[in-house]
Amino acid sequence: MYTVSDLRKGLKLTLDGEPYIVIAFEFSKPGKGQALYRTKMRNMINGTILDRTYRSGETFEPARLEERTMQYLYKEDNNYCFMDNETYEQIAISEDLLGDTRYFLIDNLMVDVLMFGEKPIGVNVPNFVNLRVIQTDPWVKGDTTGSDSKPATVETGYVLRVPPFIEEGELITIDTRTGDYSTRVKG
Amino acid sequence: MDTPLRIPAPAPESHIDAIPSGTWFLHTSPELCMKRLLASGFERIFQICPCWREGERGNLHLPEFTMLEWYRSGSDYRDLMDECESLLTGIAPLAGHGGTICFRGCSINLALPWERITVQEAFTRYAAVSMEEALEGDCFDEVMVTDIEPRLGISRPTFLLDYPAERGALARLREDDPTVAERFELYAGGLELANAFTELTDPVEQRLRFHHEESFRRSMGKSPYPVPEKFLVELSSMPPAAGIALGIDRLIMLLTDAETIDEVVSFTPEEL
Repeated sequence: MYTVSDLRKGLKLTLDGEPYIVIAFEFSKPGKGQALYRTKMRNMINGTILDRTYRSGETFEPARLEERTMQYLYKEDNNYCFMDNETYEQIAISEDLLGDTRYFLIDNLMVDVLMFGEKPIGVNVPNFVNLRVIQTDPWVKGDTTGSDSKPATVETGYVLRVPPFIEEGELITIDTRTGDYSTRVKG
Repeated sequence: MDTPLRIPAPAPESHIDAIPSGTWFLHTSPELCMKRLLASGFERIFQICPCWREGERGNLHLPEFTMLEWYRSGSDYRDLMDECESLLTGIAPLAGHGGTICFRGCSINLALPWERITVQEAFTRYAAVSMEEALEGDCFDEVMVTDIEPRLGISRPTFLLDYPAERGALARLREDDPTVAERFELYAGGLELANAFTELTDPVEQRLRFHHEESFRRSMGKSPYPVPEKFLVELSSMPPAAGIALGIDRLIMLLTDAETIDEVVSFTPEEL
């Protein structure tokens, strides 16, 4: 159980049965008035932002969150299927919940699934993944427009800017934290 | 003046907690000793000293901070508003400011007169509920912090005055309207700088109010305070007076456009 004095940025707690993370926190006390703990929280499932003001003496349930290492298996309709390689338990995570992370899922990739009780609420992929370019326009020699990048589409459907020398069929490394091109994979 | 920082009996106030020091307490303000000095015949007194308040820590709060208090016999809270104007317009140029102070993106014009608005008017102007509704619904402090305070003192300093009687445990009530305490707070750029009263000098009434505040404290499970008996006895000889407490750290924040109180002290508790 947390009390108001535990409130700080990054604290994860359960409200109305859902996990929230504190994203802003301020101690306030209007002249001669009572201490107030003004808190801005983000729902860790749907991203909703909540403003709540608490008084001394209020308590909170911590959010019981667990990270499980799982393997990405396949996509079915709008769901992505993952398996725990120790228990062989499989779970499906919706495209909505994955957001842009879905673009970095290649078959058999090992990921960390954030669980709230039995419910998956997020997926952390490795910082770098290799994806094959399936479409990009060839680099025109002598191009004088001065452009130092061009669009490319990778096998998951993700579109990003790559250097002009990248060709279709090449494997590139993408930084999943920014979504940006990192390097070309040789060979 | 210098008065002892460690005292046997702090003034009981519902929402201010003293830090114990042995069987005594570190004072939360020098108020009781300063009033005893007024009672003994000093007419115009001030003190700059450290004060301690348990559990107060935030962007604008330190559990140990520096307070300027001054008292003047024969005056009331309106006189203190004039003195606040003189003080701030007097020191702003010394801190390199012209007629305006830039603070948190606000340009605060120090030209007189400063805004004077009652608590009731402030609720009408800035909040979705009236003062009476807020008191009734037990959300006075919440509305004050979220809807009212951030809007006070933005283009010029603001005196927020005439608090509901129950919000001024040591203040005199207005003769023409006993539901109102002769109390004000000074704000600049949304920052609360000072709190002032026309002082209550009736020892019987003061004892009742202390009892009321102390009952509330105990009902909240807080540690009991002894009754400040010597203060109550001497209060009967205290002349009519007004007194004010101004946060020195907050004043320096204002003059230096500091984001947090941490920036204006040598060490925060966390750094010790």
